[in-house]
Formats: sequence, structure tokens, C-alpha cells
Amino acid sequence: MGLFDRLKARLGKTRAALSDGISALFRGGRPMDAALLGELEELLYNADLGLVATEVVEELARKHKRGELKGEEDVRAALREGLLERLPSGGGEFTPEAKPTVLLIVGVNGSGKTTSIAKLANRFREAGSKVLVGACDTFRAAAADQLEIWAGRSGVDIVRRQEGADPAAVAFEAVEAAASGGHDVVLLDTAGRLHTQKNLMEELKKIQRVVGRKIEGAPHEVWLVLDGTNGQNAIQQARLFTAAVEVTGLVITKLDGTARGGALFGIERELGLPVRYLGTGESQELIEPFAAEAFVDAILSAG
Amino acid sequence: MFETLTQRLTSAFGSLRGQRELTAENIEDGLRAVRTALLEADVEFKLARDFTDRVKERALGQEVVAGVDPSQQFVHAVHQELVEMMGPEGATLSFAKKGPTVVLLAGLQGAGKTTTCAKLARHLRDKMGRKPLMVAADIKRPAAVEQLRVLGRQLDIPVFHLEGRSAPEVCAAAVAHAREQGLDTVLLDTAGRLHVDEEMMAEVAEIAGRTSPDDTLLVCDAMTGQDAVRSAQAFHERLELTGVVLTKMDGDARGGAAVSLKAITGCPILFTGVGEKLGDLDVFHPERMAGRILGMGDVVGLVEEAHEKISEKEAEQAYQKMVLGSFTLEDMLAQIRMIRKLGPMKKVLGMMPGMGGMLDKVDVDDRQMNRLEALFTSMTPKERLHPEMLDMSRRRRIARGAGQDVSAVGDLLKSYKGMKKMMKQMNKLGLGAKLGAKAKRAALSDMSADGEVAAAGGGGLFGSLGGLFGGGGGAPAGAPGGMEGLEGMLGGPGAARPMGSSATRKSSNKRKDKKKRKKSRRGRRK
Ligand SMILES: Nc1nc2c(ncn2[C@@H]2O[C@H](COP(=O)(O)OP(=O)(O)OP(=O)(O)O)[C@@H](O)[C@H]2O)c(=O)[nH]1
Ligand SMILES: Nc1nc2c(ncn2[C@@H]2O[C@H](COP(=O)(O)OP(=O)(O)OP(=O)(O)O)[C@@H](O)[C@H]2O)c(=O)[nH]1
Ligand SMILES: [Mg+2]
Ligand SMILES: [Mg+2]
Repeated sequence: MGLFDRLKARLGKTRAALSDGISALFRGGRPMDAALLGELEELLYNADLGLVATEVVEELARKHKRGELKGEEDVRAALREGLLERLPSGGGEFTPEAKPTVLLIVGVNGSGKTTSIAKLANRFREAGSKVLVGACDTFRAAAADQLEIWAGRSGVDIVRRQEGADPAAVAFEAVEAAASGGHDVVLLDTAGRLHTQKNLMEELKKIQRVVGRKIEGAPHEVWLVLDGTNGQNAIQQARLFTAAVEVTGLVITKLDGTARGGALFGIERELGLPVRYLGTGESQELIEPFAAEAFVDAILSAG
Repeated sequence: MFETLTQRLTSAFGSLRGQRELTAENIEDGLRAVRTALLEADVEFKLARDFTDRVKERALGQEVVAGVDPSQQFVHAVHQELVEMMGPEGATLSFAKKGPTVVLLAGLQGAGKTTTCAKLARHLRDKMGRKPLMVAADIKRPAAVEQLRVLGRQLDIPVFHLEGRSAPEVCAAAVAHAREQGLDTVLLDTAGRLHVDEEMMAEVAEIAGRTSPDDTLLVCDAMTGQDAVRSAQAFHERLELTGVVLTKMDGDARGGAAVSLKAITGCPILFTGVGEKLGDLDVFHPERMAGRILGMGDVVGLVEEAHEKISEKEAEQAYQKMVLGSFTLEDMLAQIRMIRKLGPMKKVLGMMPGMGGMLDKVDVDDRQMNRLEALFTSMTPKERLHPEMLDMSRRRRIARGAGQDVSAVGDLLKSYKGMKKMMKQMNKLGLGAKLGAKAKRAALSDMSADGEVAAAGGGGLFGSLGGLFGGGGGAPAGAPGGMEGLEGMLGGPGAARPMGSSATRKSSNKRKDKKKRKKSRRGRRK
């Protein structure tokens, strides 16, 4: 199965709602008019596009005025174009270069950091890298146990300490272990934190500093894991995490439900962060490298 | 950049200010702003539209009340409508008449079920004298059982689990176990699941079928977008929900989900999660939530916190000092420390009327408060008692001692003078003498919201905050219009009234039951 088909299958619910919604709009040969565009805007809103929905539809309205939109096919094409323009280029599959490459994984509570790390560790290992994960979430109950179980399942190494340990110290040890152990990739799992918590943002900065002291240029990447079911708050998350730790990439999770991950469009408009991967389920293999075309097509393709 | 709902409405109301009456035309801007704000807050599209339609009707239908600014009238209409949408007030868990009460927690992955389970168990034991049993029924996620066990150990509350059995079996056995052990409340922590995952939805339905829960709660993340509606609907169809818990409310999520969830399921929102610690659970108050959304602040909540964290004696002493006695820097320091007991500054301020829109502008975090305290502590006690002796050389010494710029000392003194002036003004009005401790306490808990608030018991607390922001409860430069609410609260009699005050009054009068007062903890993570 190709990437496009896999995405289509995994984002099935997403596709159905938006795409079928569009088909429904034109049912019975309904002509293009302001009311129809209004309903289209609502469809996009329901996909969490927020203000981007209004923007895209206004653009369609202009095109319609110029007589460029005749029917459903034109609308689909214009919509595809409009959405594509608003997605980040770049991103997608990540190839580690430095040895070891250190990735710091951050995000709000419960967004899917630990699970995404499990998926990434598995993926990098399958691609031939020697992987180590660092359990820097020393706060949440059984967080390290969770990561350890995942590490065991994919056969990667783990550095963990007792609950309550200094996360930066764990990060340092993990990086040190990777440097001496000949690992290619280090994934650092951090505790969930709301972007509004300044002291916890400082804690992340400290991890960043400490890791950089051990290995120059580390962490090489800081990925923000966003819950795809989040609405407009995701934009705020992206903004504040980026302000604190210079996020270099995004992972969007939980796209296997009916959530659309549409906040991505707003994030792109504001911050232009590359999307690396999409989480499409709870098991290790359910992760896909991001590709803008495939993403939009999976959302819009009919049938 | 997104504005918060509060900021948006504040600017919308700003456009109404000074108009004589509400008309279909001049209300349009306000309505549009309200709708945009609701959409940005992730309220469902249709709901947002219906909402503004109803507000319009309500606002236009109202007679113009003499002396009431039409903008206030509009705010009032929005507020009332919001409250009605999120109500009713005071919904609680239902308990079984006989045998153990079963509470089922369900929801999407990562919503906060396990944490909420522990928070609820603690709440039920400590506040309601119940004997809870927590049941680890998530056999899917790695270490989910261990997570609940750790929380159980922290709380010293038993956790039930059966290795190698299906979730419905575990739950059914747990209820029997509770009955045997004389435990009267069984909390079922289920695995996170997608509402479109047929197999998993069947599992949770089976759990419900075998345990007949008295309460079936949907745990929902406050940051959820439009999906809240779809998932809540599906869970409701499958489980007949009886209530909702809205988690992660301690962030800046605008809580639009609260409006949607209530409208979609018809179930009351019972609790809100306000942090990761196990005490971080609040009883949901639609009035407060609406007030917060509208920038009228969570006055009631703040007062309740004050009650719990600050002793009557402390408050009384501070009050006496401020209103009746000579107010010194020593007193100001004591007040700052008193306020800090309430929790992180951002949270305290977020609860204050009119502050919603300001939080982004005035960056009061706790480090800043630490810096402020550092200034105080590098003064000598004598200097704190006699601020007038702080000449330039002393100021420089103090600044050096605190590792700060000398202008910081100047700013502090300015705040101090502002507060002092305000206190004098209150004193002149004879409020201090008139009110005994009891009356003040009553005023504190029953916020009459027309300005007396600050003058009465609140003066010490709220007043000092006002002082910190530039003296006399005045608004810092560039503060949005919503600040009037704050001034009203802080500035004592004669200052502008808080917006929508009557709505606040109504709510507080209703809330006679002091036993229901939530306990606050809001500790910071170490
Ligand atoms: N359906 C679905 N569930 C996911 C996905 N990614 C993670 N989850 C689930 O979401 C829940 C939370 O995931 P975690 O990986 O524990 O999230 P986290 O960000 O590490 O959480 P904290 O460390 O507590 O902040 C778990 O139940 C995961 O199984 C996904 O792509 N799809
Ligand atoms: N800031 C904040 N974090 C919360 C709150 N409630 C839960 N959390 C955090 O959110 C994350 C997920 O919480 P859990 O209780 O594990 O969520 P869950 O629904 O049981 O997750 P799954 O079992 O994986 O579906 C953890 O990091 C919790 O500490 C809250 O009210 N505020
Ligand atoms: Mg985690
Ligand atoms: Mg759980």
C-alpha cells in the first residue's frame, strides 16, 4: 500500500466527513452561491481550521465572482489548492545525521509524547539506527514504566531514574550513555506541561542547556507533539513552546479518530513549523511521515 | 495573533460604550465579536450562531434601564445566556441508595481519566466521607495499571485490578470486592478510546452493562476543538452519560468545549481539572465560568480561596492596618505574602474581574513577585515601618541588595503610596469603622459586587493587588476597557462598577451553602 492509500485509510473518518460533506453540498445539482459557501466554511470550521476556514472560503468566493468556479469539481480543486498553499512544505521523514542525534520531545499533558517516542524509536531502529530513549518525565505516575515497556517492545535502550529525579540530570545521563554506547539517535521523553506554566518551560530550557553542554549542537531537534483533537489552543501551544525552546518540528497525533488536525493550518500561518510525522493509532507502527499533498488529498478525495 | 475570548468581548463592548441604547445596528459589532470569540474558543459552529441570535433577542428585548450603560446591558445578556447554556448550578454526583455507588470514567485517549479518577477518589474521601475503591480497568495502555497504583499509594486509597482478565470482568469483580470490603464508592478508570472504535466502544458499554454505574462521566480535555462535539455525542449515545469533567482548565484553553459539551449531551459539567496534582479538582460553577469568559473574573472563587488559605485573624489584622491604622511597607509585605498563599499569581489574577484581558500584558509571574519580595527583604525593618526615610542612598542600597535597578524601588514606593491613598479614601467614608469582622466576612463571601466589595473585607486583599499595578487600583497604561471591572473592585466606593454586576450578585446570593465550598490546593509542582 502506498503512502497515500495508507494515509487515506488511517484518516478515513476525516476524509469521510469533509469530503462527503462537500459532495452533500452539491447534491441535487445545487448551484454555487453565498449560502453554499457559508456551509463550506462551516465544514472547514468543523475540521478545526479556525480563521483559516474563513480565509479559504473568502478566496473561493472571489474566484466564484470571477466565474472560475462552475461546480463541485472546480470547488474541490480550488479548495485543494487553497489548503495546500497553507500547509508547510518540507518536513516529513527525518534522517538523523549527527551521531548521536538528540531529539527532545515536548508537549502538553497527554498529547501523545511517550507513545510517539515509542513509534519513532521503532521506526529509527528499523531504518538501521541504534536508538536510546531517555525517560525525563520523572513527574507523572509510572511515566518511566510506560516508556520502559515501549522500549522493551521495540528493543531499544533506555535510561531512567527514580520518580522525582531531576529531568535535566536524566537527560544528561541519557546523552552521555548514547555518546559512549555508540547510539545514533537519542529520544528524550519529557513530562507533559501546559505552555502557560513558566517554571516548567524553564525546566525544558534547562534540559536543553544541559544536553548542549554534553554534545555540541544538541538537542539537534525539538519536536512538539500536538494532539490532533485539539482546537485553536494548539496554535497557542505551538507559539509558546517555540518561544521557550525553539521548536524545530511537529508531530500531530490521534488523527485516526474524527479529528481533522485542522489547527495545523493556523500553526503554519503563524509559525511555519515543518510537520514531521502523523500519529494514526496507539500501536508502534501507526505513524506516518507527513506529506502535504497526501494529507490534503486524504482529506479531500471523494469516495 | 489570537485574542482571548475575554479580550475580544472587551473590545466588542468597548465599541458599545457611550451608546445610549442598544439597537439592531449598534449591537452588530458586538455580536460579531462574540461569535468570532466563541469560534476561536472552539464552541461549535451552529451553537455559536444560535447563541448570538439569542443574545441579540435578549439584549434588544430588554428595556433600557436608567443609569445603566447599554454595553453593560449587552454584557449582562451575554453573561446570562452563557450561564444558562452551561448550567445548572450545583449539579453533583448521584449516590446509590443501597450498596456501592459506581462511577464510570470514560473518554478519549489522554483526556485525563486516570488522574481525574484519583482526584475524585480523594475528593469523595476527604470532602464527603466516602470510602472509595479505584479500579484499574485500562488493560491496554502500557503501565496504565501501574499509574493508578502509584496514585493509589500516594493517596492511600485501595486500587483494584485482576491480572489477565478483560476490563468488564475486572470492573464487575471490583464492585463485588467493594461490597465485601465495605467500600461504598467504586471508581472505574477505563482505557482511553476513540468514539469511532467499535470494539472499544462495545467494551465500555459492556462495562456499564455489568456494573450499572450511578454516574457515567465523560472526561474531556478543555483544549479539545470541534471534535468535542462529535466524540461527546458518540459517547453519550453509547453510555447515557450523566455528567462531564473538563480537564486541563489550568491552561489558557478558552473552554469553549464547556459550552458545546453541555449543549450536546445535556449533561451537567460537574468538575474541572485545574492541575496535575491530586487536589487540583474544582466543582464546576457555570456562573464563574461565564464570568471568567466575560472578563468579570472568578470573584467568588477568589474569595473562597482566600477563606481557606488565609485565617480570619490575618485578614482582620491586615484590614485593620490598612483601613484604620497607619499602613506601612511592613503591612504591604504581609499582604503580598498573604495573597501569595492563594497560589500562583497568574491564577489569582486570572480570577479577578477584568483581569482576563490583562494577563498577557501585565506579565506577573511568580518570579516577579519573588523579585518584589526581595526588595522588601533587603530593607531594614525600620525602613519598612518608616517608608518616609527611604532617601536615594537607601534606595540604592536596597536595590543593590536585591540585585535590581534602583527604579524598581521607586516603583514599589509608588505602589505603596497609591495603596495608602486608597485606604485613606476608604477610611474617610467610614467604612472601616462601620464594618465589624462579621460583616466583612459576610461581604467577602457574598460579594455584592457594586464596589463595596473592595471597601469591605476585600480591601486588604484586592486592594493591595491593585496597588501593585500602579497605585490606587488604577489600570496600568494600555490596559483594555475591561479594567473598569478591576477598578471597581479595587478602587473602593466611587470607582466604576464592575460590568454585569447584577449577574454576579444573583449568583452569589444563591450560593448560600458554604459547605460546598471547594477546597483549594493549587500547589505548584516543586
Ligand atoms: N488513537 C490514538 N491514540 C494515541 C495516539 N498517540 C497516543 N495516543 C494515546 O494517547 C494517550 C496518551 O498518550 P501518551 O503517549 O501517554 O501521552 P503523553 O504526551 O506522553 O502524556 P503525558 O506524559 O502524561 O503528558 C495514550 O492512551 C495513547 O495510547 C494516536 O496517534 N492515536
Ligand atoms: N495541567 C493539567 N494536567 C492534567 C489534568 N488532568 C490530567 N492531566 C495530565 O494529563 C496527562 C494525561 O492524564 P491521564 O490521567 O493519564 O489521562 P488518561 O485519560 O487516563 O489517559 P489514557 O489512559 O492514556 O487515555 C497527564 O500528564 C496528567 O498529569 C489537569 O486538570 N491539568
Ligand atoms: Mg508521557
Ligand atoms: Mg488512563
